[in-house]
Amino acid sequence: MDAKTFERLDLKYRKKNEEYMKAHANDMFRGGPGGGRGPAGKIGKPKNAKASIGRLFSYIKHDTWKIVIVLFLVVLSSVTNLVGTYVLKPVVNGLIDKTVTQEKRMENLLLGIASMAVLYAVGIIAQYMYQRIMIGVSQGALERIRNDLFKKVGRLPLKYYDTNDTGDIMSRFTNDVDTVGNMLNNTVISIISGIISLVGTTFLMFYTNWVLAIVTILMTPVMVKAAGAVGKKSRKYYKQQQAALGSLNGYVEETISGQKVVKVFNHERAAGDEFEYLNTDLRNKQLKAQFFGGIMGPVMGNLGQMSYTIVSVVGGLLCVAAQRTKEGILTILPHFDVGGLTIFAGYSRQFSRPINELSMQVTEIFSALAGAERVFDAMDTPPELPDGDAAVAPESLRGEIVLDNVTFGYVPEKTILKNVSFYAKPGQKIALVGSTGAGKTTITNLITRFYDIDDGSITIDGIDIRDFKRDYLRQNIAMVLQDTHLFSGTVRENIRYGRLDATDEEVIEAAKLASAHSFIMRLENGYDTVLEGDGANLSQGQRQLLNIARAAISKAPILILDEATSSVDTRTERHIEHGMDRLMKTRTTIVIAHRLSTVRNANAIIVLENGEIIERGDHDDLLNQKGRYYELYTGKKELD
Amino acid sequence: MKRYMKYIKPYKTAFILCPLLMMVEVLGEVVLPSLMANIINKGVIVEAGGVVGNIPEIMKYGGIMIVFILLMAAGGIGGAYFGAKASINFAADLRKDAFDNVQKFSFADIDRFSTGSLVTRLTNDITQVQNLVNMMLRMLLRAPGMLIGAVIMAFWKNAQLALVILVIIPFLIVIIVAVVRTAFPRFQILQEKIDRLNATVREAVTNVRVIKSFVRGDYEQQKFEEANGDLKESSLRAFRVMITTMPLMGLAMNVTTLAVVWFGGKQIIVGDMAVGDLTAFTTYVVQILIALMMSSFIVLQSSRAIASAKRINEIIDCKPDITDDEAASPDAVVTKGEIEFKDVSFRYYKNSEDPVLDKISFKINAGETVGIIGSTGSGKTTLVSMIPRLYDPDEGSVLVDGIDVKDYSLYNLREAVSMVLQKNVLFSGSIMENLKWGDEDASEEEIKEVAAMAQADGFISSFPEGYEMDLGQGGVNVSGGQKQRLCIARALLKKPKILILDDSTSAVDTATEALIRKNFKEFCPETTKIIIAQRISSVMEADKIVVIDDGAVVGLGNHTELMENCEAYREIYYSQMDKEVTA
Repeated sequence: MDAKTFERLDLKYRKKNEEYMKAHANDMFRGGPGGGRGPAGKIGKPKNAKASIGRLFSYIKHDTWKIVIVLFLVVLSSVTNLVGTYVLKPVVNGLIDKTVTQEKRMENLLLGIASMAVLYAVGIIAQYMYQRIMIGVSQGALERIRNDLFKKVGRLPLKYYDTNDTGDIMSRFTNDVDTVGNMLNNTVISIISGIISLVGTTFLMFYTNWVLAIVTILMTPVMVKAAGAVGKKSRKYYKQQQAALGSLNGYVEETISGQKVVKVFNHERAAGDEFEYLNTDLRNKQLKAQFFGGIMGPVMGNLGQMSYTIVSVVGGLLCVAAQRTKEGILTILPHFDVGGLTIFAGYSRQFSRPINELSMQVTEIFSALAGAERVFDAMDTPPELPDGDAAVAPESLRGEIVLDNVTFGYVPEKTILKNVSFYAKPGQKIALVGSTGAGKTTITNLITRFYDIDDGSITIDGIDIRDFKRDYLRQNIAMVLQDTHLFSGTVRENIRYGRLDATDEEVIEAAKLASAHSFIMRLENGYDTVLEGDGANLSQGQRQLLNIARAAISKAPILILDEATSSVDTRTERHIEHGMDRLMKTRTTIVIAHRLSTVRNANAIIVLENGEIIERGDHDDLLNQKGRYYELYTGKKELD
Repeated sequence: MKRYMKYIKPYKTAFILCPLLMMVEVLGEVVLPSLMANIINKGVIVEAGGVVGNIPEIMKYGGIMIVFILLMAAGGIGGAYFGAKASINFAADLRKDAFDNVQKFSFADIDRFSTGSLVTRLTNDITQVQNLVNMMLRMLLRAPGMLIGAVIMAFWKNAQLALVILVIIPFLIVIIVAVVRTAFPRFQILQEKIDRLNATVREAVTNVRVIKSFVRGDYEQQKFEEANGDLKESSLRAFRVMITTMPLMGLAMNVTTLAVVWFGGKQIIVGDMAVGDLTAFTTYVVQILIALMMSSFIVLQSSRAIASAKRINEIIDCKPDITDDEAASPDAVVTKGEIEFKDVSFRYYKNSEDPVLDKISFKINAGETVGIIGSTGSGKTTLVSMIPRLYDPDEGSVLVDGIDVKDYSLYNLREAVSMVLQKNVLFSGSIMENLKWGDEDASEEEIKEVAAMAQADGFISSFPEGYEMDLGQGGVNVSGGQKQRLCIARALLKKPKILILDDSTSAVDTATEALIRKNFKEFCPETTKIIIAQRISSVMEADKIVVIDDGAVVGLGNHTELMENCEAYREIYYSQMDKEVTA
């Protein structure tokens, strides 16, 4: 890479990184340094911790008695741990107690070991039991949270999906629920047992020797300060690293997606240079971030060792002093012996461990609560309005659609449709034509009640669509959309999605109607071919045909075709025309098409521009009018 | 392992220093308990000259301990530094290699991996491997080091008592191996279930319009709950193995501790052992436990990273199926732009029976305009992609200027061929930057000239920032028709001998399209132009039109000729031109 290229790239990305840093200035708890968590999950400070905790508890509520048992077992296991170490003291002291006979000492040793064994056994069993119960509780809670989330999100209005990234919705199900899961699995227990052992150790330390206890506790602020300092640095560099990683991943994504263009333009070298720049930038920033993340362990660990050493030395001096006081010196100091020193050294280690753990758990809890908040946020988004009590679901619909002075905007300040009126008699085909953004798809969104109109009315068979049961309304409308969506599963299952009780014969019938039968038969396993990941192994045109078949199998009296054959070539389109005609004959159809040849035989063609109807009539009328439709049809105007 | 030497070698200092420094830390951890024992044995419990205790000894060993701790801290911090350095550089080089190899991929390779998966491999998977390398460097020697160190120290203190520890180690190893072997597959299943759940969610989110319009909410809920229940069961199965580890290990270690206290205690009572050593011994038992726990942790953690490494290896190992290593005349350049297809056959899947293209032969003279027309999936794109060798034919050959395209260097060949792809891609950056892809050193005049030719100068100049307007990722700031014209301008800037437009004016209105075609004729008469189109009007005026149907050439000639003698062509013509006349 030459200097000029470097300079250009440097300028470009420095600006970008600064913007990133500014945008993420307040993310304190963005995952752990060096952790596997990608940049996908946005983790911020929880806003309403109390409410979130309360709601999380509601998910484990009906396991209350299990939780009580768990708490009891946690306390039991922590206490046995503590007492276990304490029992060692008399045992060790007994060994060198020259005042009793060897036999007696043996006996005492055996007794001590027996009581330790009992304590250990109780501790281990308690630990296993609570972990086992807790895993059941937490996994059960996670399952309920996910089910709830899915149910709630499924009921959200389309607006939610249109205004939120797929990635963002996804991350609520994955990253956010995962962090909550981590917390339920580990954090709660760690905190409880951490606090118990902290309190217990502190108590035992003071009980054993208050001087050493104070020495040990004095080390605590030092450790907390050190952790804070390292943590602060590490967060700063971690953020820089994330910015660099984001740039690199973004570049990789763009370049790989555009790889074919890169090849066509012999651009591999230039792409390699830009990648190299970003890769080096990431390398440098990662080094700092990972270093500060990595020294947290050694720094804290060795501070713990330091405290252990100081305790050993001071303890040793105290022992000596204690022994000498028997001869009358230094009576103010507590009684201290070798056994006490042995267990105290153990305590000092036990004391620093929960401090480390608890300080780590704080970060965990914050990110878990932030995750929980995002989960609950999605759950609390108002769902589609429930059906009114008077909502109707008549036996059958004929499919007469009337739009009367419909006005609508996705946001209040911007009106998309202005006073749109038209009607479709049962069995008629109405075409909507106009440039992108003219409001064609919006009209279909309103008929299906994906969105509700602001003004005017839409009726089907004379009934306002808002007076239908919503599910009933949608069951009576079959849609084929431009963005072909298939589900992973077999071809047969995908077609049957249109009507779950359709027989195999009906599935084949529908496929034939959509001219999909012949290509399906050429697939590896015919109708039982499994489509993976939105049918990636099919061409766009084939996917559209499957979508048509799916709509064809439904018995809905209203059919909406939104650019349904845009990716099917004109000849194939011609072949399926016959089937489509049969399909449309019995249904009221609203067609949106880019390719005007497909709408020529419509009963009425409605030309929209900027949300208003500017022309209407059948094909010949409109051509004779020599207006917008004529321009579009003859190619004088760009349809885009 | 051998394959990775390449990424280790340049950073071998860091790769060696990291574990060594980590060993310093381990050494300290192993020695400290014995120093602590010395404080007790030599400092506290001595009676010399009637004075109890030996304060200088206590201070001495305390001092030594602090020196060791400082060394340990240095080791730990140094280890963190070199570990980060080694793993980051390792990963960066690996990433670079993977990226470079992807650059060499043919279209077929890219299609096979799919772009989404390539991106994941280059990003997430590399990060996973990097974390594993870092962890391995810092833990791998540490765990066995601690184990061995603790055992040695134990023997050194008291060989007889150390035997107790030796008895317990195989037992612990058996537990760990058993746990890892049961847990590993269960975690793999767990990962699959997680992927399945995510796929279900993704589908439900992206297909929400379909779900809502067919009122399949309950059906989806049922599918989700099934996947979710499955996930829960697998989690329980995996975690239940994990939670047995701690108690089992704890049990083993507690038994050891008790044995140590029992045997050690007896020795102390009879005076064969110093009491401080007992403390040290119990510490060693704990350290051995920690070392073994660490090993099992590494193994389980590495399962994900190993899967990632496999996926990265697939990219690096993928021998691009199109290279110019065997080009016979790598220095040859295209001068005229004459093209000949000779019996070209192609299959998407090498084992499929029906070829997509079956023995295609025809010739295009230099400077000609050729239209290619045919139904979707008939292989038109694949056919023209063989000219710049984006695909290679399975059988037959493609000649440019009489030389097999395989004999040119890829660079020289592709320099002479400009292709505007069906799936247009513009990159984030300004219009100017994007157009310059065609020629990095083009002057502003040249750029404006090609933009005018592609009928793009008009709308570009109407933007307030003109050529400096930012296109946003994927060119979101311009309309489809504008995007296509920018892509044509970009291709023209290359001043190619052969220009291929693959359905790349579909969103441009016919009037503008006609102007662009006129400009082609006027300004680059010597360039061979190949136009693939859906719209028959786009190719009607071409010198030659090739009609492809079911993988074979079914018509070749100009519009008038084809109307006379090509059934398929007529069908296409009538499907677009006149509703009344049925084919």
